[in-house]
Amino acid sequence: MTEVMIGGTGTALINILFLGMLFVVALAIARLRSLFAIVMLSGVYSLVSAAWYILVDAVDVGFTEAAVGAGMSTAVLLGAMLLTARTAKPEKPLQRLGPLVVCLATGVMLIYGSVDLPALGDATSPANAGIGLTYLKINWYDMGVPNVVTSVLASYRGFDTLGETAVVFTAGLAVALLLGFGERSLAETLKKTPKAETRPAPRGKDGNAA
Amino acid sequence: MKGDHHMILRVIAKCLIPLILIYAFYVQFHGEVGPGGAFQAGVIIAVALILYALVFGLTATMRAVPPWFTRALAAVGVLIYAGVGFWALLSGGDYLEYQALFGEPPGEHHGQHAGIIIIEIGVLCAVSGAMTTIFYALAGRVAEIRDEDW
Repeated sequence: MTEVMIGGTGTALINILFLGMLFVVALAIARLRSLFAIVMLSGVYSLVSAAWYILVDAVDVGFTEAAVGAGMSTAVLLGAMLLTARTAKPEKPLQRLGPLVVCLATGVMLIYGSVDLPALGDATSPANAGIGLTYLKINWYDMGVPNVVTSVLASYRGFDTLGETAVVFTAGLAVALLLGFGERSLAETLKKTPKAETRPAPRGKDGNAA
Repeated sequence: MKGDHHMILRVIAKCLIPLILIYAFYVQFHGEVGPGGAFQAGVIIAVALILYALVFGLTATMRAVPPWFTRALAAVGVLIYAGVGFWALLSGGDYLEYQALFGEPPGEHHGQHAGIIIIEIGVLCAVSGAMTTIFYALAGRVAEIRDEDW
């Protein structure tokens, strides 16, 4: 059963390379204090993991990780970072001990649990032999859509996706209700620049460049 | 402004933003045959807007795409999605049963295709609207990224 998952030495090497890069980036994030660098590195982390998802044939997941993890959340974190200080407070070395123990314990438990997982691409694993196989068989007759991911997401499980869309909408609504809609600052900026400049106030004088 | 030292950034961003938007629509309408779909496309559209806001300032972005529009877009997206469900109900099927949209027998795909395309447009509106609303809410609290923060 192990030969199905090894796609040759090259793939294994690229796997090790990507996972090693993830490890290094995670270490760097843990050690850095500058929030700007941390935000950028978390974008790098998302991008490397997206590349790794594509390597293990989870193309849609990789795409979502690249769009949401590397693009959207980096931008939102940048916006959030501007509201706070630029560097994280240094903490005492003893305070790091607790989180380190928690991380190590979780990691050991996850590795222990992964021993029982079926091999990647194992044809007899529940994910490939059960309902997944059924969808692959009936999809073309039912839908006429080549991408099974789309037909499962939008049609077979359309109700779930409706729920997901509602969750995204609710998240946007909740953030907007908590933080305000951002129009207050717009109104203030407009008040400070009565001549309707596109540049905000502090740069005022000859701001019609750009 | 003491010399426009973001000029290269502005020129590049002006070239990139239309490409990003076209790519978002490519992802949207090729979701049936390739990876991706409306969720990713909505995020990519929001990212294009955020890039515009980062480079040209939030005020200009809010003039181009006002905050009331993004909130309305998010709500309309969910309505479009739920509306397809009611359309299927009115056509005599179950909720969100696209096969019933045009009353086709199994094996014919026009209802499925139409249903999937319409709900994906709904998802696109909901995701891009909600993401832009979140960004406006966060970024609307500070005037702009200062030069020394780049």
